[in-house]
Amino acid sequence: MTTDLGMPSGPGSAPVDSRDAASGTTGVPRLADGTALTKKDFTSDQEVRWCPGCGDYAILAAVQGFLPELGLKRENIVFVSGIGCSSRFPYYLDTYGMHSIHGRAPAIATGLTATREDLSVWVVTGDGDALSIGGNHLIHALRRNVNLKILLFNNEIYGLTKGQYSPTSHVGQVTKSSPLGSLDRPFNPVSLALGAEATFVARTMDSDRQHLTAVLRAAAEHRGSALVEIYQNCPIFNDGVFDVLKDRTEAAARILHLTDGEEVAAGDTVVVRDDQGVMTVAPRAEADPTRIVVHDPAADDPSAAFALSRLDSPDLGHVPMGIFRNVARPTYDDSLREQIASARTGEVTDADIDALLAGRDTWTVRA
Amino acid sequence: MSTKLVQKLDRVVIRFAGDSGDGMQLTGDRFTSETALLGNDLSTLPNFPAEIRAPQGTLPGVSSFQLHFADHDVLTPGDAPDVLVAMNPAALRANLGDLPRGASIIVNTDEFTKRNLAKVGYAVSPLDDGSLEAWHVHPVAITSIAVEALASFTDLTRKEKERAKNMFALGLLSWLYTRPTEGTESFLKSKFADRPEILEANLAALRAGYNYGETTEDFAVSYEVAPATMREGTYRNVTGNVALSLGLVAAAHRAGLPLFLGSYPITPASDILHTLAGLKRYGVATMQAEDEIAGVGAALGASFGGALGVTTTSGPGLALKAETIGLAVSLELPLVVCDIQRGGPSTGLPTKTEQADLLQALFGRNGESPVAVVAPSTPSDCFDIAVEAVRIATTYRTPVIVLSDGYLANGSEPWRLPRTAELPDIAVEFATEPNAVDAKGAPVFHPYLRDPETLARPWAVPGTPGLEHRVGGIEKADVTGNISYDPDNHDHMTRLRQAKIDGIADTIAPLAVDDPTRDAEVLVVGWGSTYGPIAAAVREARARGGRVAQAHLRHLNPFPANTGEVLRGYQRVIVPEMNLGQLSMLLRAKYLVDIESHTSVRGLPFQAGDLADVISAAVASVSHAPLKETAQ
Ligand code: SF4
Repeated sequence: MTTDLGMPSGPGSAPVDSRDAASGTTGVPRLADGTALTKKDFTSDQEVRWCPGCGDYAILAAVQGFLPELGLKRENIVFVSGIGCSSRFPYYLDTYGMHSIHGRAPAIATGLTATREDLSVWVVTGDGDALSIGGNHLIHALRRNVNLKILLFNNEIYGLTKGQYSPTSHVGQVTKSSPLGSLDRPFNPVSLALGAEATFVARTMDSDRQHLTAVLRAAAEHRGSALVEIYQNCPIFNDGVFDVLKDRTEAAARILHLTDGEEVAAGDTVVVRDDQGVMTVAPRAEADPTRIVVHDPAADDPSAAFALSRLDSPDLGHVPMGIFRNVARPTYDDSLREQIASARTGEVTDADIDALLAGRDTWTVRA
Repeated sequence: MSTKLVQKLDRVVIRFAGDSGDGMQLTGDRFTSETALLGNDLSTLPNFPAEIRAPQGTLPGVSSFQLHFADHDVLTPGDAPDVLVAMNPAALRANLGDLPRGASIIVNTDEFTKRNLAKVGYAVSPLDDGSLEAWHVHPVAITSIAVEALASFTDLTRKEKERAKNMFALGLLSWLYTRPTEGTESFLKSKFADRPEILEANLAALRAGYNYGETTEDFAVSYEVAPATMREGTYRNVTGNVALSLGLVAAAHRAGLPLFLGSYPITPASDILHTLAGLKRYGVATMQAEDEIAGVGAALGASFGGALGVTTTSGPGLALKAETIGLAVSLELPLVVCDIQRGGPSTGLPTKTEQADLLQALFGRNGESPVAVVAPSTPSDCFDIAVEAVRIATTYRTPVIVLSDGYLANGSEPWRLPRTAELPDIAVEFATEPNAVDAKGAPVFHPYLRDPETLARPWAVPGTPGLEHRVGGIEKADVTGNISYDPDNHDHMTRLRQAKIDGIADTIAPLAVDDPTRDAEVLVVGWGSTYGPIAAAVREARARGGRVAQAHLRHLNPFPANTGEVLRGYQRVIVPEMNLGQLSMLLRAKYLVDIESHTSVRGLPFQAGDLADVISAAVASVSHAPLKETAQ
């Protein structure tokens, strides 16, 4: 079922920051004009082994369907994952891929991206992988602004280890490892990413192919780290946590659409900002029109995006969806390449290395 | 021109000691450089506290730099100093115990104040109470003479002038041992290029120290140590960390791969990060990662992309990297991990040396996870071992752990420069084409189809059309690399990974034995940084008339193919190690030879004299023992 999340759709309509000359795929070899790949080209021969009904299937289908749109050579696309149900993702895509170790995918992908300008590098991770064991790598990849697209499948539970609470599970959630309810306060992945100064932060949902694809498109277009939180249903251990967002009527009332230049609203409610910058949801009829928030993902200051991310509530009363932030900043990998390029004086020869080894103080012993 | 007596010496050991803030490391470095340029062979041992500035004037705050130079080849920084330069009472107290009677002490009397004496528990100044009678004491008011020499520098504060006292001491020692100071002068000129006042003050203090030696009556004699006879060639002085850095750059160049270093700062490895970070001109990419795990992760990611991925660390960091190294074992990708060992466990002794990570390097991972392990034996050998590590990593697509240590890292010696073009040819070939056909005869790529000789799998980097494949830490089916939980396949793959590492022995040099009389019955085997002290001890034991053989392992996994044969050729095998017997345990387990372990974990290298006693005792015991049974 598809809900209208107020996202632009179709190639070419992705929001592009006007200051951002290079796209996320600049430098990656493209297919020759007139040639195109299909979803099938991105489907590997491996049998997909998620549980029946898992939200991962929908995300995989959306990604496989979206990748041809990039027009890139397939061999220049790499998916790197960590550990968890979602991290099996690379096996099912016929690109280059690495299924790495728990939490480390952003670090591994950073080394790859830093050394290979000609690759489109994607990280697939989950709430446990990215926010628990790999929290450090996630925030540092984001603050460095490495040109990586990080897809965080959030199902608010540990699936692969069979049902323990995760860093996004709500307080009181009863799981195998929290029989009396989880004591941990959850992370809000969007707030966390914004706090880490991520330059692109978005949220979407497994079941909404169109919205998901639009977000992927914008993420791919963005040069720098893109954190895409994808609400994903785990029918086995945490079934239905996002169901209210999948019901058309409920969704209309709860989902706050984030569309560039438009008011942030859900049904007959709008988001208003007070003098302190705190945002709340108010009935449109009662809202002071001058205080209604008009979304600007390109705002330099992340405060407004952060305030939007705080509108979340555990009961999913209001859920902002879409692109919270999309700003252009120099990327770590581009800057590293620039430093090297400006230091270089041409091809390194044996004589250059000889001179390097000799250093400044040498003496010669004659026979 | 000096009219004083000049006396010739064949070797000298000097120790510069002072407060951490006194600039003793710099002083030692400069003196070393002067000495190297003069053509002496040399070896150095810096020794400094873990605290950047421990409380001033206290024993824990003492920093020292020892240098051994000679007109013949030098193997160690020397067991005991002939000259101690003590810049304060703490430096005197901390080092006096190492000073043989008759040695010289140059003391900075200005620092022997009541307060400073009290800080280190001297009730009366040792300069006044006759307690230093066994040594030649040269009291010099280093600080005040230096300050006086800078009287014309009216813009400098007294504190700034005092800071030049180390240059005064360097000048004095340079005169005493007839060292040229031009190198130091040009060094200062580039260091203080944008602070002309400070530069001039340092130069003035240096000259004042030199002139002081020449004019004062306290120093009646100066010394000369003639250049050592060294192999023809061009030399420089080099520390282990710099040699290792240069080795990585040269090896990457020879391999035709971009060098990527992912590293997190840690003592005593950080200098490699600093050195490589300054070599962007050579295409070197360095990343200071958020932690040790990210450092090795980024390196592995770079290797996946076809770069030479390297990470540098020390013991605690190696522990953190273990899981990623295990992934690299499974992915079968090149990765070079440099562990500059320090005292452990845990934080241990960050600035002191030890070689207790050998078993961690070999076995510190989950599952059967074999990796190649190599260890340099001297500071300059760090260069060659880096090239060897890269050769093994790229040829066999495996992680290689390099076990250097604090002693090699910071110690220095003359290094005969190799020619880049003559380094081993380690050019790498990436896979470019499918290597198999599927059931229908269509070309396919099998990422785990091995080279029959090396058992290495193809290195197919992203961007290569037609070779798209997935790798991961889950067990893979032989050949295809697809996920496999099959019991027989896992058994097979586990043995294959081991066989690949074992097979490296085919391409490494056999273990060489130095047994000049060819009839020694005692063999001393070492690994890593103990080479110098062991060789010096063996030399001394031989000088005492003992017949001793020496062998040194640079490859710890796998061992050279003839290792067992070598060990079994001797009646007694002694293995000195700066741990509690890790190599001994490996050799015993693998070769069933009754190794005698001799160990020390004091954070300092072995004293050659002590080791010589151990060896001599062993030699004496075999020569008294009944002769070996001969074949009937
Ligand atoms: S456990 Fe949950 S998340 Fe994992 S595959 Fe099954 S349904 Fe999907």
